[in-house]
Amino acid sequence: MSEPASANAPKPSSSVKLVLLGEAAVGKSSLVLRFVNNDFQENKEPTIGAAFLTQKCSLPTRTIKFEIWDTAGQERFASLAPMYYRNAQAALVVYDVTKPSSLTKAKHWVAELQRQASPGIVIALVGNKLDLTNDSGDASESAATENEFESTPNADEAAGEEGEEQDVTPGDARKVPTREANTYAEEEGLLFFETSAKTGTNVVDVFTAIANAIPESSLKTGRGTGAGTGQTALSGRSEDSRVNLGDRNAATAKEGCAC
Amino acid sequence: MEEIAPEYDVVVLGTGLTECVLSGVLSVKGNKVLHIDRNDHYGAEAASVNIETLFKKYGNVRPGEEPWKKYGRVNDWNIDLVPKLLMANGELTNILVSTDVTRYLEFKQIAGSYVQQGKGPKATVAKVPSDSGEALRSSLMGLFEKRRAKKFLEWVGEFKEDDSASHQGLNIGSCTMKDVYDKFGIEDNTRDFVGHSMALYQSDEYITKPGMAVETINRIRLYVNSMARYGKSPYIYPLYGLGELPQGFARLSAIYGGTYMLNTDIDEVLYDDSGKVSGIKATMKDRDDQSTAMKFETKTKKIITDPSYFPSKAKITGYLLKAICILKHPIEKTDGSDSLQLIIPQSQVGRKHDVYIAMVSAAHNVCPKGYYIAIVSTIAENDANHHLELEPGFERLGEIEEKFMGPPIPLYEPLESGKQTNIFMSKSYDATSHFETTTDDVRDVYRRATGEELVVEGLREDQQLAQE
Repeated sequence: MSEPASANAPKPSSSVKLVLLGEAAVGKSSLVLRFVNNDFQENKEPTIGAAFLTQKCSLPTRTIKFEIWDTAGQERFASLAPMYYRNAQAALVVYDVTKPSSLTKAKHWVAELQRQASPGIVIALVGNKLDLTNDSGDASESAATENEFESTPNADEAAGEEGEEQDVTPGDARKVPTREANTYAEEEGLLFFETSAKTGTNVVDVFTAIANAIPESSLKTGRGTGAGTGQTALSGRSEDSRVNLGDRNAATAKEGCAC
Repeated sequence: MEEIAPEYDVVVLGTGLTECVLSGVLSVKGNKVLHIDRNDHYGAEAASVNIETLFKKYGNVRPGEEPWKKYGRVNDWNIDLVPKLLMANGELTNILVSTDVTRYLEFKQIAGSYVQQGKGPKATVAKVPSDSGEALRSSLMGLFEKRRAKKFLEWVGEFKEDDSASHQGLNIGSCTMKDVYDKFGIEDNTRDFVGHSMALYQSDEYITKPGMAVETINRIRLYVNSMARYGKSPYIYPLYGLGELPQGFARLSAIYGGTYMLNTDIDEVLYDDSGKVSGIKATMKDRDDQSTAMKFETKTKKIITDPSYFPSKAKITGYLLKAICILKHPIEKTDGSDSLQLIIPQSQVGRKHDVYIAMVSAAHNVCPKGYYIAIVSTIAENDANHHLELEPGFERLGEIEEKFMGPPIPLYEPLESGKQTNIFMSKSYDATSHFETTTDDVRDVYRRATGEELVVEGLREDQQLAQE
């Protein structure tokens, strides 16, 4: 495997599988769409046809390429395949700050991830639809609870007024207090953000924080091989018998009998 | 609880590989699919299970014992229930590539393909030659025979069905494979490994049946071309086990709008006045609390199903014998290969059907380091002593840590095409060592269910994606 790059060499690039979880209609796909295309669609149809999206995230010392997996609705009847969690190095568990039941569901997913996913997985709890609350700007103060990433300059992103009190206030659609979700995130060792896919508030910050939180040791240049699954046979000598079926079209020149 | 639509174009029962491929393809083509399995996991008969599930399934456990505990983390084990491998140039590989399901899976080569000659203490194991050059170096043949085999394999390589100049004067459409072997003066031993470990026939019927020459030659070409693709063996295998394959196709289906319900029993199948299926009544069980089961009814135009959901509409064509063996060492005389197929041709051990060994290991993320999973299988020829029928395979394995062997597995086929009822049934996974017959079955069910031929090339290209 490659050594850490010297100053002149290009930054090392690693792929990270990131899975999305959360109740229907909390804005999972919208968050990703904002991150990947910096775009937002009002009244978006439920997700169909998106296999997975990729987006690069450039850090000072390395580049992370996120492979973002959507559940494709398979979680609706508790029928998510083990393949979904397999080798996931990061997870975005999304709830809707205006819908308390979606936080309950999010806690269920966190428990499921702790049971099924690789032990070293980085989990970010994200309260979305911050634009529907009165304090749509200051939520990121509570962000990035436990990683080295400095999430300092947030005031300039603010679209709304200062929310002195973070608890539910009249005329505000917020039903999940920031403090409640933050406390839970701290207990479980999760990254925590409140975001708005609609305005873009904090969206890039979530992914940057995740990228920073993934231990260097678990990053490999290959695809999906970094997660701490307890499998070590993937590296080194055995690597040479991997086959890349995606390259088949190039290889069809070999077609015809080789006798 | 989420809503179930009042009507679907197709309800698919069972999440085996055949059903998942069909579900994926039908969803991509715009059908509204509801896919149900009575089990709480994907894969049905084609699942991969962990070692605790395997112990429990085969009843090797006395009350109070937890014998799987000494095998490390149970979830580090992904043990296939069906012993099959993918041909690198085979049809399943084509379908995986043209549907982009390869994006969810990683594949590795199987390290070697071997064949046994002789039996008992005198048995030898040799690599199956992959081309005419290897044939010349093979220990399987004497000097003169090697030259004949080289000539034969070169001819197979140049063979074109529609060019009679390449047919060596044989009437290839109607002659037997025996005629072909005789023409090249191929000895019995060579016929054995060519027919069984390259053309992958399980019995010798193909030799004397008229008109089988072209199929045999095409099978040898598939083997040789698959071999040439990556070099070590003609086979590839998905990391984490074959159970990843149905999951990959289920994801494809879901991405195109397919709805998935595991852990769901079919209570009743509803028919209209003409005897065609019109809907189902079903119950989704709760994993933890059986009292919160959800009953529902929905309409459908068609059902695609594995044989287990309609036993009265299926017939048994034979029985497969299978033993899953856990080893702590690679198989002797196979160069320490981390994975392999080893074929024991029937003639070598006085049987009518070959004995197969398929072995994978930690190199494929199916077990912890230091372990090997070997599945010995054959077609049952007797009503008793099944253990004895697999014995030639066990002899090759040496010391076996754990052996899981259930009763003979019935192989089912549908009794009728499904035209009368619009219920279209697949076949069981047969005894062949690869998925070529499975993809034949996918095509057959697809043809019966839609009236069209399945074309997978460019399948996803003309489909409208919601985003990307």
